[in-house]
Amino acid sequence: MILAVASGKGGTGKTTVSANLARVAGQHVQLLDCDVEQPNAHLFLKGTLHSREEVCVPVPRVDESLCTGCGECSSFCRFHAIASLDTGAIVFPELCHGCGGCSLVCPRKAITEQDHRIGVIEIFKTGSMTLIQGKLDIGAAMASSLIRAAKARLSREISAILDTPPGTSCPVITAIRDADLVILVTEPTPFGLHDLKLAVDMVRELEIPHGVVINRVGSGDDRARVYCRENHIPVLMEFPEDREIAQAYSKGELIVDTLPVYRRPFENLLSKSLEFHQSSIRSDEHADL
Amino acid sequence: MKVAFSTSGNTLNDPLDRRFGRAPKFLVYDTETESFDVVDNEQNLNAPQGAGIQSAQIVAGTGAGHLVTGHCGPNAFKVLQAAGIKIYNAEAATIADALKLFLAGALKPSGSADVEGHWV
Repeated sequence: MILAVASGKGGTGKTTVSANLARVAGQHVQLLDCDVEQPNAHLFLKGTLHSREEVCVPVPRVDESLCTGCGECSSFCRFHAIASLDTGAIVFPELCHGCGGCSLVCPRKAITEQDHRIGVIEIFKTGSMTLIQGKLDIGAAMASSLIRAAKARLSREISAILDTPPGTSCPVITAIRDADLVILVTEPTPFGLHDLKLAVDMVRELEIPHGVVINRVGSGDDRARVYCRENHIPVLMEFPEDREIAQAYSKGELIVDTLPVYRRPFENLLSKSLEFHQSSIRSDEHADL
Repeated sequence: MKVAFSTSGNTLNDPLDRRFGRAPKFLVYDTETESFDVVDNEQNLNAPQGAGIQSAQIVAGTGAGHLVTGHCGPNAFKVLQAAGIKIYNAEAATIADALKLFLAGALKPSGSADVEGHWV
């Protein structure tokens, strides 16, 4: 089972939820930090580095002696990663998504591909848990390519929890695509609700079963709860606004380790998520009949 | 000699657009015939990335040897330079004002991009 933790708004508690869930899973579990622009789950799960590998995307290299400046490559590239002039072509590797289309459309076969590094994937082992994190190089922009590479490292035999980037753009879609369940973390503020709605639209579009965790309850009002009720979205758990949680977080401690009172709620969240996943499979089967 | 201007309008009295990559149009003025053409650049207004690169190719395709615009980022600059186009950063309100400055030799060609890219 793949459980993704996402949110429209940043700073609602995705990493807190995913890292603590992974800890209470109490069995072999994989935690995948998909927030490759600023992976931070490793701060809470101090493990030993098991492996590190480079991730590259294939970018075009133009043989100037063959290029006639016909422009087929640049008109094909929707990302404008290759410009074509009478004098030849100019490649912008940092804009390239590595699709290989330019080399296919070049009538002179002047384009070959070469690897362009975008980041690394690091695997940490801590207890029975495996933490996989993508780390995008500074200046690199192809977060989705790195997320795909990191997801390819997941073992299908073991359950996985995915900590995703905030927002609803390409990297988030890449991260949650093919997840069995998405937990959307929000906070009971106007901003929190606004971005929750965007995130709900996203998971509905992708047709992924989803539930909501409302974090920092007491810091705002009732709006997130009301929205979920009116839209028939299950609220899987609520966590209160608690200074002790913030203190533990600031020291890189897991709440379930430092504040035992929160162990049970996280265990409940995990079991509710599993139940919800099971029931969504059953309703799917029912729909198929 | 052809000179391109970034703009949102269709005449010499329209504003000089401060943006290069996401300028809606380019007005290309021919100093020999004292006439101009307007080239559409709307497709780059909503480009997810690389608007400057694409706009630079469009300007290169017009045969202009000079470009007067507000600001120009590094990727656009690279393409324009490779195309042999001289770039002038101007503050003029209208194209007519910018053209006057250009013809008087009051604008100096820029040796580098004058703003950061929006992507990297």
